[in-house]
Amino acid sequence: MPSAAIPGQAEPVDGGLLFAEADWSYDALRRTYDAIEEIAIGELGLDVYPNQIEVITAEQMLDAYASIGMPMMYNHWSFGKHFALNEMLYRKGARGLAYEIVINSSPCISYIMEDNSMAMQALVTAHAAFGHNHFFKNNNLFRQWTDAEAILDYMQFAKSYIARCEERHGARAVERVLDAAHALMDHGVNRYQRKRRVSLKDAETRARARLRYEEETYNDVWQRTVPPDARRDRPETGEQPPRPRDLVPLPEENILYFLEKMAPKLEPWQREILRIVRQLAQYFYPQKQTKVMNEGCATYVHYRIMNRLHEKGMLSDGGMLEFLHSHSSVIFQPDFDDERYSGINPYALGFEMMCDIQRICERPTGEDRDWFPDIAGNGDAMGTLKDAWANYRDESFILQFLSPTVMRRFKLFRLCAGSGEPEYLVDAIHNERGYQKIRKALARRYDVALQDPNIQVTAADLEGDRTLVLRHEAIAGRLLDKGEAAAVLQHVANLWGYPVAMVEVDAAGGQTLRQHDKVVPRG
Amino acid sequence: MQIIDRRRNPQGKSLSNRQRFLRRAKRQITEAVRQASSERRIKDVADGERIVIPSDGLREPQFRHDPETGQQDGVVPGNKTFREGDRIPRPAKGGGRGAGRDGSPDGDGSDAFGFVLSREEFLDIFLEDLELPDLMKQTVGRSEHTTSERAGFAVNGSPTNINLLRTMRNSLSRRIALRRPSNDELEALRLEIAEAERTAPDSRRLDELRIRLGLLERRTREIPYLDPMDIRFNRYEAVPKPITQAVMFCLMDVSGSMSEAMKDLAKRFFMLLYLFIQRRYRHVEIVFIRHTHKAEEVDEDTFFYSRETGGTVVSTALVEMRRVVAERFPVADWNIYAAQASDGDNLTADGPEVAAMLARDILPITQYFAYVEVSGGVGELLKTDSNLWRTYAPFSTSHRNFAARRVADRGDIYPVFRELFTPESQHA
Repeated sequence: MPSAAIPGQAEPVDGGLLFAEADWSYDALRRTYDAIEEIAIGELGLDVYPNQIEVITAEQMLDAYASIGMPMMYNHWSFGKHFALNEMLYRKGARGLAYEIVINSSPCISYIMEDNSMAMQALVTAHAAFGHNHFFKNNNLFRQWTDAEAILDYMQFAKSYIARCEERHGARAVERVLDAAHALMDHGVNRYQRKRRVSLKDAETRARARLRYEEETYNDVWQRTVPPDARRDRPETGEQPPRPRDLVPLPEENILYFLEKMAPKLEPWQREILRIVRQLAQYFYPQKQTKVMNEGCATYVHYRIMNRLHEKGMLSDGGMLEFLHSHSSVIFQPDFDDERYSGINPYALGFEMMCDIQRICERPTGEDRDWFPDIAGNGDAMGTLKDAWANYRDESFILQFLSPTVMRRFKLFRLCAGSGEPEYLVDAIHNERGYQKIRKALARRYDVALQDPNIQVTAADLEGDRTLVLRHEAIAGRLLDKGEAAAVLQHVANLWGYPVAMVEVDAAGGQTLRQHDKVVPRG
Repeated sequence: MQIIDRRRNPQGKSLSNRQRFLRRAKRQITEAVRQASSERRIKDVADGERIVIPSDGLREPQFRHDPETGQQDGVVPGNKTFREGDRIPRPAKGGGRGAGRDGSPDGDGSDAFGFVLSREEFLDIFLEDLELPDLMKQTVGRSEHTTSERAGFAVNGSPTNINLLRTMRNSLSRRIALRRPSNDELEALRLEIAEAERTAPDSRRLDELRIRLGLLERRTREIPYLDPMDIRFNRYEAVPKPITQAVMFCLMDVSGSMSEAMKDLAKRFFMLLYLFIQRRYRHVEIVFIRHTHKAEEVDEDTFFYSRETGGTVVSTALVEMRRVVAERFPVADWNIYAAQASDGDNLTADGPEVAAMLARDILPITQYFAYVEVSGGVGELLKTDSNLWRTYAPFSTSHRNFAARRVADRGDIYPVFRELFTPESQHA
């Protein structure tokens, strides 16, 4: 076993300094971890999964990149493609590698690179092992949708299952299913908790409770005076037209789920593969919705911890400067006209908002009191932040907490343009009239439900020619990319085994905007 | 908290993904590799390098919005001069959210996908499904080098070759089949007799036991523990050892009529041949023979870069080659390949001599002899056949291990090379 558990040796060197050298060592890592833990748990009151820190090489980091950050992953050519691309960019120096990757699992695994300096390792530990870790464990979306205890085992299962399928059915056949499933990955997510099916026992208990209630409240007058039909406030379940138990009700927005359950021609192993991809999509869905918050939380936490270490004399001035250097490049936000600009940096926005919430709680201005009457000046920054980390996602977090101060700092402005118009209209800038508009617009940018096309299965003519109908509800006239859509539809048709049609309708008006050609399965 | 050092974990975790990716993109990669080989220097070609392939077939399609349609709406940082109600022109391409869209790093939306192939991967694809004609020495039957290889079992052989496992297995099954009593069984019976002798010396049971013992002992004697018919020997067969070394003769005309461009073409051809042969044999030697009106063996640099003046007598090169073979490369031990490059000039009087030497001395001992006639440009191809071509032409049909091709342009080298080495069966 490559594990090198180091006996706890918590003696700081050099009069309180955690480490003096630039190179990291296991002792220093261990000491630093303990010191950070004391601040994170003891002072900030974070609540984390047990930590596991793994030291890896650059090549292993590239590996992890290729398999979307999971420590193990089934085999697929697309991961090879991403590896080849990342490797080339890295070798050419066009792109550096992340300092760490952290996995939402219990124990929470943080990968740290072997060529980080010790100060960087401290930063990474604070950032990943405590910041992200706390967020994973406490955010409502993660709690509701992911099972940190089980994910590693599940990936192990998925990997070996798909390998077995390849042996049995051939790599080509498996690849076809995976290709199709990956194309639909964004549409393999349950956005709402499914209604729990009532078990027979529960149904019986409920029926009994009702009966008892009726007996207890029996009133002879009612029985004789009210006509029998009007007494029946609700039809009993048994009287509904019977529906086959395993028929997925339509419309269904989880296309992978629908295909897994309903596609007439799939083999059981193909359904299982769809299920694996679907589970994976579901596992990553919360991360997609909480980029700003997750990074903001981790960045804020590492910033607090590193400053505290420096205050306590455990981090040297040199180490602090090194930390500040990389911290400030992480939260750098280029302006829109800068050639480095590539959208809003989630680290920058997240960190700024977290710091701003702290400021509002501790030193509010009059404006803050107007905008955030419930938290301004409450003096409990950590409590407020922890509440936000637990209960919001990017969209609602921005809608709730983006303050005029932050908008002014970023000098945010809103641009609008109709389809095909040659010019943008500057609709709002960071002034009194614009704050609300900007805040709303920015929150919408982070609303996954608006950014991902809303596509549903609306009909599957099971008795007739079995044509599957997908329906895209286009918001504000935003249609699908035609070529891409045709390619995905081909995949859907291959899984479904019968023709697939797609229609794009206006979400508000309901009129048909575009009808895609019917696609028949191939291969 | 646990710190785990993963650095020692097996590397190349994504190797199988890479293989899948290469297989997936095979057609495009093959094309790109061929393209590259005609444009790049041979030396560079062999080193893995960046390959750009069209991304069709590698696309990972998703349902996504077409940025050209619908109402655009975005929030951007860094306002400097804009006021509410200002209008600014849209950037020419993309969704207008700054420069982020173009050159998107994951290859989405772009038509080309670039990555790096390793040297091995490159050569695999580059030389894929080419076969060396007469790969094995034809003289192999007479070769004195043989190795013994395991070839099953035999019922006779030398005692040192007894296969114990097989022998004992046979013995055991025979003993079970013939019900030879085991030692335990006999021992138990003897104990029982001893017991009976002590307790009831005259009983009938004791007699029965004794008779039974006698029977079993006889059986033991008559059915041997190990019978000659059980014995198996490892069988070895002498297999002629394939010759895993090859020598490649590069013959080139360096007289004044060969221009630098022609030499470059010739060099490319030799390089390809070298790469190719190297992949098939464990050990490859190269002999460079240059000739004008006299021939000599030289080192590589001299071969390609030094100039020599004189007439052109091709037979001298063949004589030199014959001499080197006789001196250093016994025909029985070496696979001999020869590649000759020339502009086709030869002393007219030398023609019959060349033909005779080729037929008598060279072709019988070479696995393959490839002649490449290089010319300065396409125009020259239209000329009448050269002296040497006329001399060599008959051999192409009469000898299977001789081939002649013309090359006029860098781009031709690889196709010609492929044509030479594609196995017959694959010619449509």
